[in-house]
Amino acid sequence: MQIALLKATALFYLVGTVLYLHFIVKLSDRSARLGRMFLLIGAILHAAGFAARYAEAGYLPITSLFESLSFFALATVCVFLAFEVRYGLRVMGAFVAPVVLCFGVLSALLPGEVRPLPPVLDSWWMPVHVLLLFAGYAVFAVAFGAAIMYLLMEREVKGKRLGVLFRRLPSLDVLDAVNSHCLKIGFPLLTLGIITGSIWASYAWGSYWSWDPKEVWSLGTWLLYAALLHGRLTAGWRGRRAAILAIVGFGTVLFTFLGVNLLLPGLHSYANMGG
Amino acid sequence: MSQIVIVGLNHKTAPVEVRERLAFPADTIGHALREAVAAEGVSEGVILSTCNRVEVCALAEDGRRGAEAVERFLSSFHGMPPETFSPHLYRLAGDDAVRHLFRVASSLDSMVLGEPQILGQVKDAYAWACDHKAIGPVLDKFFTKAFSVAKRVRTETRVANSAVSVSYAAVELAKKILGNLSDNTVMLIGAGEMCELAARHLLSAGARGLLVTNRTFERAVRLASDFDGTPVRFEDLSVHLKRADIVISSTGSPRFVLTRADIEEVLRVRKNRPMFFIDMAVPRDIDPDANEVANVYVYDIDDLNNVIVTNLEERQREAEKADGIVAAEVQAFRRWLDAQQVTPTIVSLRRKFEEIRESEVGKALSALGDADPRTRKVVESLASAIVNKALHSPIASLKRESDGRGPADKIAVVREIFDLPEEGGGAPAEGGGDGK
Repeated sequence: MQIALLKATALFYLVGTVLYLHFIVKLSDRSARLGRMFLLIGAILHAAGFAARYAEAGYLPITSLFESLSFFALATVCVFLAFEVRYGLRVMGAFVAPVVLCFGVLSALLPGEVRPLPPVLDSWWMPVHVLLLFAGYAVFAVAFGAAIMYLLMEREVKGKRLGVLFRRLPSLDVLDAVNSHCLKIGFPLLTLGIITGSIWASYAWGSYWSWDPKEVWSLGTWLLYAALLHGRLTAGWRGRRAAILAIVGFGTVLFTFLGVNLLLPGLHSYANMGG
Repeated sequence: MSQIVIVGLNHKTAPVEVRERLAFPADTIGHALREAVAAEGVSEGVILSTCNRVEVCALAEDGRRGAEAVERFLSSFHGMPPETFSPHLYRLAGDDAVRHLFRVASSLDSMVLGEPQILGQVKDAYAWACDHKAIGPVLDKFFTKAFSVAKRVRTETRVANSAVSVSYAAVELAKKILGNLSDNTVMLIGAGEMCELAARHLLSAGARGLLVTNRTFERAVRLASDFDGTPVRFEDLSVHLKRADIVISSTGSPRFVLTRADIEEVLRVRKNRPMFFIDMAVPRDIDPDANEVANVYVYDIDDLNNVIVTNLEERQREAEKADGIVAAEVQAFRRWLDAQQVTPTIVSLRRKFEEIRESEVGKALSALGDADPRTRKVVESLASAIVNKALHSPIASLKRESDGRGPADKIAVVREIFDLPEEGGGAPAEGGGDGK
C-alpha cells in the first residue's frame, strides 16, 4: 500500500511539471496555481506514504536507494514550495519541478519492498545524519534550478537579444539572491550532516573518518560549497560565477548521492540498487 | 432605422496638413457637438479629435445619408470645401463602425500600436459629448462597451506590455538586471533630453537616488536640482562611480569617457555588484567591450533601438489576438443593438393585438348577455391564447439574430403588414444587456 502511494506521487509531480511548463510557455496564471496545487498534494501524499512506511518498517525508511530517491524528491518539493512562496518565483517551478520528477520517476522504477534494517544502520544517528543531508541536498537542488535560470537570463541580457525568456524569467538580482539564500541554508545543513555522520561512524565503524568513497566525495562537495560561500562573503563572487558553481556543486551532490553508490564500492554501499 | 456611423481621417489616411485643419480644439468642441447633432437625420454624436485622428461618431437614421450630413458638417464648421479633405475620409457604418471604435479605443489603430494615451482621449471625447448632451442611449452604450473592450484587450493580450520607447526599454532592462531598483542609485553623465527622460523614468520606477555630473559643474548643479539629485564634479567621476548601479551617459566626448579598465576597476571596488550602463552618446561614451566584464551590462543607443524593434514586432503579433477579441465583441454589440431596434416594434405589435382582443372579447361578452363566470373565463382565455399563439412566430422572427444588415428590413415588413403606427421616440429601453 505505502509502496504504491510512494510511487504514485511521481504522477502528481508529472502533472505539476507539465503545468509549470505550460505556465512558462503560455503565462497562464491558472496553470501555475494548479501546478503548485499538484506539487503540494503530491508532497502531502508522499509524506503520508513515508509515515505509513515508517509504521510498517519500524525505522525511518531512508536507507534503500528507492527510499532515498523518493525522499530526495519530497524534500526538494518542500524546499521549492517554500522558496516559491518566499520569492514569488512561480517560473522557477518550470526548472525545479522537472528535477523532482526525475527523482520521483527513478525511485518509482526501483523495487520498493521493506527490507530488514542492516544492524549497522540501527542507530538514532541514522535519521539525524540522513535528514540533515537530504535537507541540504534539496536546498542545493533549488539553487541548481535558480542557477540555470540565471545563466539563461544572463545570456539574454548580455547577448542583447531579448526573447521570450527575458520576459518570463525573474530579474538577475532575485535569481542571485536565491542562490545566496540557498547557499546560506544548504551549507550549514551539509556541514552538520557530515559531522553527525562522522560521529555516528566513530560508534559504528570505530573511526570518525575512513576515506570511504562516499566520505571523500562528500568532502569534495563540502569544500566546493565552502569555497563558494567564502567567495561570496569576502571576494564578491556572485552572478555567473556563483551560478556555475551552484550547478557544479549540485553535480557533485548527485554523484556523492548516486554515483558513489552505484559505481564505487565502499562502506556506504548498503544503499545500492538492490537495497 | 438608425445606424452608427463614423466619419473621419487618421494618420494613415491623411497628412498632418489636412488633419490639423480638421482638428477640433478643446474650446470649440461644445459648439461643434451642438452643430453636429443638429444635422439632418443625426440624433447622437461624439467628436474625437487628437493629433493623429479626427473622427465624428454619430447615430443616424440612415447610414449613407448620415455620413453625408457629417461630411457637410465638417466642411461648414471648418470652412473647408469638401473636396479638400473628402478623399482622405473613411466613412464607416454598422458593424464596420463598431469594429473601428473598438480597435481605436484598444489602441490597435494607433501609430504606435498599444500606446496608452488613446483610451484616455476617447474617454475625454465621450465625457464632452455627455457634458453637452450630444450623446444618447445608443452611443452611450457603444462607448462604454468600447472602454470595456479596451480593458479586455489590455489584460488578455500583451499588446501594450513591452517597452517601445528608448527610455522605457532602459527601465525594463534595469529592472531585469537589478530587481526592484529600490536600493539602486542612478548616475547621469552629461545631459540630453533622452537620458534625462530615462533618469526620470528610473526614479519614478523606484530608483533611490541620482548623481549628476557634467563637464560644466554649474549645469550639473542645475540638472541635479531639477531631479532632487546630487551634483558631482566631472573630475571626481571615478570616485563616485562606485556608488552608481545604473549609469546613463550622453556627453559630446569624442573618446570613451569610461574604458573597460575603468569599469573593471570600479567593479572590483564594488565587489562585483552589478552595473548597468546606458550609453546614449554618439560617438559612444562607454567602451562596448565592457559588456564582457562579469556583472556589467552595457547597452548603447542601437542596442536599445533593437530592443524596441523586437518589442514592436511582438505587439504586432499580439494585435492579431486582440482583433479576435474585438470581432467577438462586435458581434455581441450587434446583438444588443438589434434587440434595441426590435423592442419598440414588438411592443406596438403586442399593443395592437391586445386592443383587438379587448374590444372583441367585450363584444362577445355583451352578445352572450348574462353569461356565468365560467363561460366568461373560457371566452377570455380563448382570446388571449389566440393572440399569444398568433404573435409567437412574428416576435420570434424579429428577435432572431440578423445577418449583419440589422433587423431594419424585418421591422419594416412587420410594421407594413400589421399596419403599426410610426413609433414616437423609438428610444431603446435602458439597461438592456448584451445579447438580449
